[in-house]
Amino acid sequence: MSNFLFIWRMAWRDSRRSRSRLLLFTSAIVLGIAALVGINGFGDNLARSIDEQARELVGADLVLSASQPFDSTLQTTLRRLGERRSQEVAFASLVQFPKGQGVRLAQVRALTGGFPYYGEWLTEPGSAVAAFREAGPAGQRVALVDDALLAQFAARPGDSIKVGELTFRIVGRVRKTPGQSGFSASVAPTVFIPRELVEQTGLLQRGSRVQYRTYYQFAPGTNVDQLIQPLTARLDQANIDSDTVAERKRQTGRSFTNVTRFLNLVAFVALLLGCVGVASAVSLYVREKVAAVAVLRCLGASGWQAVLIYLLQTALMGLLGAILGAALGTGIQLLLPKVVEGFLPVTVSVAISWSAVAEGIVTGVFVAVLFALLPLLSIRRVSPLRTLRASLEEDTAGPDPLRGVVYGLILLFITGFAYLQTRDWKLALGFAGGLLLTFGVLAGVGEGLRRLVRRYFPSSWSYVWRQGLANLYRPNNQTLLLTVSIGLGVFLLATLYLLQGLLLSQVEISSTGGQPNLVLFDIQSAQREGVTQLVKRNGLPVLQEVPVVTMRLSAINGRSAAELKKDTASGVSKGALGREYRVTYRDSLISSETLEAGRPPFLGSDGIPRVSFDDGFTERLKIKIGDTLTFNVQGAPLVTIVGGTRTVDWSRVQTNFLVVFPNGVLEPAPQFHVLLTRVPDNATLAAVQRELVTNFPNVSAIDLGLILQTLDEILTKISFVIRFMALFSMATGLLVLVSSVVVSRYQRVRESVLLRTLGASRGQILRITLVEYALLGLLAAVAGLGLAVMAAWALGAFVFEVAFVPQIGPLLLLAILTTALTAIIGLLNSRDVLTRPPLEVLRGEVS
Amino acid sequence: MLKVENLTKSYASGGRDLTVLEAVSFELQAQDTFAIVGPSGSGKTTLLGLCAGLDRASAGSVWLNGIQLDDLSEDQRAAVRNEHVGFIFQNFQLLPSLTALENVLVPLELRGVRGGTRTAQELLERVGLGGRGHHYPTQLSGGEQQRVSLARAFANRPKILFADEPTGNLDADTSATVVELLFELNREAGTTLVLVTHDLELAARTQRIVRIKGGSVVSDTVNQESAEIARLSS
Repeated sequence: MSNFLFIWRMAWRDSRRSRSRLLLFTSAIVLGIAALVGINGFGDNLARSIDEQARELVGADLVLSASQPFDSTLQTTLRRLGERRSQEVAFASLVQFPKGQGVRLAQVRALTGGFPYYGEWLTEPGSAVAAFREAGPAGQRVALVDDALLAQFAARPGDSIKVGELTFRIVGRVRKTPGQSGFSASVAPTVFIPRELVEQTGLLQRGSRVQYRTYYQFAPGTNVDQLIQPLTARLDQANIDSDTVAERKRQTGRSFTNVTRFLNLVAFVALLLGCVGVASAVSLYVREKVAAVAVLRCLGASGWQAVLIYLLQTALMGLLGAILGAALGTGIQLLLPKVVEGFLPVTVSVAISWSAVAEGIVTGVFVAVLFALLPLLSIRRVSPLRTLRASLEEDTAGPDPLRGVVYGLILLFITGFAYLQTRDWKLALGFAGGLLLTFGVLAGVGEGLRRLVRRYFPSSWSYVWRQGLANLYRPNNQTLLLTVSIGLGVFLLATLYLLQGLLLSQVEISSTGGQPNLVLFDIQSAQREGVTQLVKRNGLPVLQEVPVVTMRLSAINGRSAAELKKDTASGVSKGALGREYRVTYRDSLISSETLEAGRPPFLGSDGIPRVSFDDGFTERLKIKIGDTLTFNVQGAPLVTIVGGTRTVDWSRVQTNFLVVFPNGVLEPAPQFHVLLTRVPDNATLAAVQRELVTNFPNVSAIDLGLILQTLDEILTKISFVIRFMALFSMATGLLVLVSSVVVSRYQRVRESVLLRTLGASRGQILRITLVEYALLGLLAAVAGLGLAVMAAWALGAFVFEVAFVPQIGPLLLLAILTTALTAIIGLLNSRDVLTRPPLEVLRGEVS
Repeated sequence: MLKVENLTKSYASGGRDLTVLEAVSFELQAQDTFAIVGPSGSGKTTLLGLCAGLDRASAGSVWLNGIQLDDLSEDQRAAVRNEHVGFIFQNFQLLPSLTALENVLVPLELRGVRGGTRTAQELLERVGLGGRGHHYPTQLSGGEQQRVSLARAFANRPKILFADEPTGNLDADTSATVVELLFELNREAGTTLVLVTHDLELAARTQRIVRIKGGSVVSDTVNQESAEIARLSS
């Protein structure tokens, strides 16, 4: 007890003259903690909001959906499920505004019944919903249209809209539909028409891509999962998917958890950067305290008592930093929903997440203590002999095994934290490994510079240069610390920037060269000839024209898909088993494909088609050449054998397929065709769209230019969020820079004053400082940028499979900015030299 | 009180062993006053460091108040120092962020002594700084700092006091005051005093003077006059 009292008192007294500096270095963790608390708190709020609003997300208690009308044998059973139900047929189609001749691809939802049962269907005027619901049974041609679509063509309620062969009067502007985010509305704006009239539009044809849905509302308290449990097998068989509120909760929650976890990792990097700052600042602090420690040791304090005095100081300051960070993070958390509003399917209710705050504070204190321990451990070894000999240099006798333990703990902490965020050991280890590598490379660069300058010291250069360069390796130099902290900040920022460029370049390909930019979809076999001629008549090339047949996988090697789904040991991806396959047929491979094994698709002499699979996909299905796969082609079973695998360049704007059949099998199956062409300008595009909607109303035209623009907007928003987070790393890097420079001020000022006493001019001293810091900044920036370019190249080559060309201009600018900033901070710190009388410093009265 | 036997200290320097102290032996009784003198670099500070348990000898043994220091760990030696030893340094070695009173309190608080503040305040009064307890070292003159240092050295009622050039950083007048105080306090407390100095006048006030040169003892003389004064005063 008395021991603790002594430590506590000493920690308090000793900190008196250093509190502002202690605060400065704990400030390095403030932003990291703020980012963590902000993201975690936001994640908590989001999860709670999803929980609360999941019912509104679905708009019903149960949704059944299929890509074809529900099997007639099931109709009675499905009717019995519940009285309150709505039916919907949804498909993509070009819609036209006769008033301005505007044409655009829209999502048409033909709806009848009381859907949405939950949540608010926000329309203008408010009475439009009731009008729409009454119109259907009466056979009135009315439509509700998304605000985005109306805005694009300056249309308003009262105008008309043409969907297929019917013209509808717009009765309302849709502001918000339950379950639809503003974001999905901007990609494919929705037009609601009465279900009763959908056949008359002429848009439902064999092979069209249509979704049939039935929404149910049950009495409050009904256990929906239990209710549909007995039907599961039959629904599966009929390829009907079911979606319940509980399921939607799980799915939505999961996908957003992934996003918040990713952002958490970005925040964690900021925190780690701050920790490096704490460790380095504490190490400089410890150097100053060595004399005091030696006195304490002399007076009888044990090594650990001395360590604990300073550890307590750091922990308290860490606590203060963490509390400040948590407060700031809470502010961010309240702000974040506004930033990402458009992406989210739910309205995030804002409340302080105390669990996130507590987690942030605990993490903050823990990391501050853990990283401060590294330099603090050396206090144990400070010899009391220093009281007699101030010049005693080495206290250490060989390497300290405890340091190894602390390093191990740090690594464990990083991996453990990354695991908690990602729940994936591989990712966590990769994250920790990548971070270690980055630190290693940057530390290597710093150490290399130190040695190089020492080894090849330019003795013939001017005094200012020699002194500035010598500062890089002399005792108490900051070379290693600054290269690591500045380098890491630059690395993060540059990687995020390059990554965004990489993603954009991937989609930009389509807007250049002879790449297709208009996709005509849902062309029926009978319309093929006509559409091709329409395209050619407008002077456009037919770049590609392929048939598409949709089917589902029903068995692999005789084992049914349902059976395989249940068998968790099979390792077959459930998604791959359940998905709808869109396949084409031809006997050869195209330019975006390369044969990997076996042969291109061919019809076997036994009459069984040998199909070609995407190489990567065989792994998900756990199949190999020679395996038998049975497909369900819209009701008819079709046995195939895997005849070959091929790699597909998915980034090319072409119609690419996971599975390709040989000719001579699928020709009679219900199918549609896709045609790729390139339009030179918007006027031609509008002309083609108008002609299409008049002559072939069911054919959809996807304007890749528009998609590109939308994608660009999305990426800009996403990158804003990511940059917002990266900003924390950068600001932390800056704080680390400022704090490490300030902590070492005493040493620097004393040296500079000595130089001044010996006759150096102010200009000379400033130039020496400039040489040292500008060099450090430049080197750190170049190292960080080099790493970022390598990371972006690797991501381009292995993840996105696009050629990476670094944007030299912005990178150069970043390097210049970093160098200038480092030099300016260094210079500002030397101001004291010019203002303080040398005598004051020489007498040791500077604190 | 202090027994030194064949004490040798050598360092590895430039691949060679450099012996700075060679086979030094002596023994001191309780209340003895003892000076180690010699030119710069003769090894006198090294000897003091070894005697006080601040460093480990390469060979030989040190017994302090009957405790053999050689095999003790650094933390065990720290405990011995706190229990039995007081220090005075040439550059005072006060903790800069602690007030004068707090500096004097450190050895007492390390021991867990209750009510140490009164003892510390009395000691400060004894050295004539009763009213300066709340000043920081930078607010005190050199002589005042050394007096605080004296008060701290006697705070834990040490059996033995080690003083390394106690007047080395002080002017003549201040030195005289500090030296007077040092010997007075030493006498009052009945402490054994080991003094390292190259000030022969100061050394002459001790009962015994050991001269060191090149790491070896060149003379070990008893100062008759001083010894007589000590005998009489005790």
